Amino acid sequence: MNKLDELLNFNHQALNLRALRQQVLASNIANADTPGYRARDFDFRSALATATAQPAAGAAPAPAAQPELLYRSVIQPAIDANTVDMDVERAQFAENTVHYEAGITMLTHQIRMMLAAIQG
Amino acid sequence: MTSLLKIFDVAASAMTAQSQRLNVVASNLANADSATGPDGKAYKARQVVFSTQSLGSPEIAGVRVTGVIEDPSPMKRLFEPSHPMADPSGYVTMPNVNVVEEMVNMISASRAYQNNVEAMNTAKTLLAKTLTIGQ
Repeated sequence: MNKLDELLNFNHQALNLRALRQQVLASNIANADTPGYRARDFDFRSALATATAQPAAGAAPAPAAQPELLYRSVIQPAIDANTVDMDVERAQFAENTVHYEAGITMLTHQIRMMLAAIQG
Repeated sequence: MTSLLKIFDVAASAMTAQSQRLNVVASNLANADSATGPDGKAYKARQVVFSTQSLGSPEIAGVRVTGVIEDPSPMKRLFEPSHPMADPSGYVTMPNVNVVEEMVNMISASRAYQNNVEAMNTAKTLLAKTLTIGQ
């Protein structure tokens, strides 16, 4: 992995995971009325740690592993076994949106920094 | 490859399902007093059945209407001897539409629809921002 890739890799992986999480949360919101549906999410910290783990020297980089999807623990279960709590999902969705935007800002600034270094 | 574009599919499937539910609610409310239909019988309330629809990968789940069922609850019986549909003992069979339940269903469907519109709009904003990376 060259230096430029290495620099951008962290935010690249973070944005990928944020996009995936956005999808998972959108699925939860979409299935708010599906009987038996169980809300899902994943642990962002461990997923990012796995995604950005450095492969051993000389080894080919591991293919991007999908984070393990967990079921959200429920506070107020519904009678139809659906565990989507709309307040929780909306809050997480908004939070994830802000983080995604923050990731984009970071990436943009890193690119600008590199451009400044290249162009002098 | 993960992509925010899938959110459009997920939200769209949910919006389709919710609007179908809204349609059924409208039909139930409109026919709450239909004592007879094309088959000569009173209207029976209908309900949609939602189920999860897999959209390619396990973490992405849309919604699908698997069917529209007829409400199994008993029909209402009204004592109205002068009604043309009355049986010999003077009772008319009326639809089993529960108007209160239908109103609740309507509000729930409308809220769920709005939530999905919101999710779609957010995905759109994020995609537009993604296109500005490096500018």
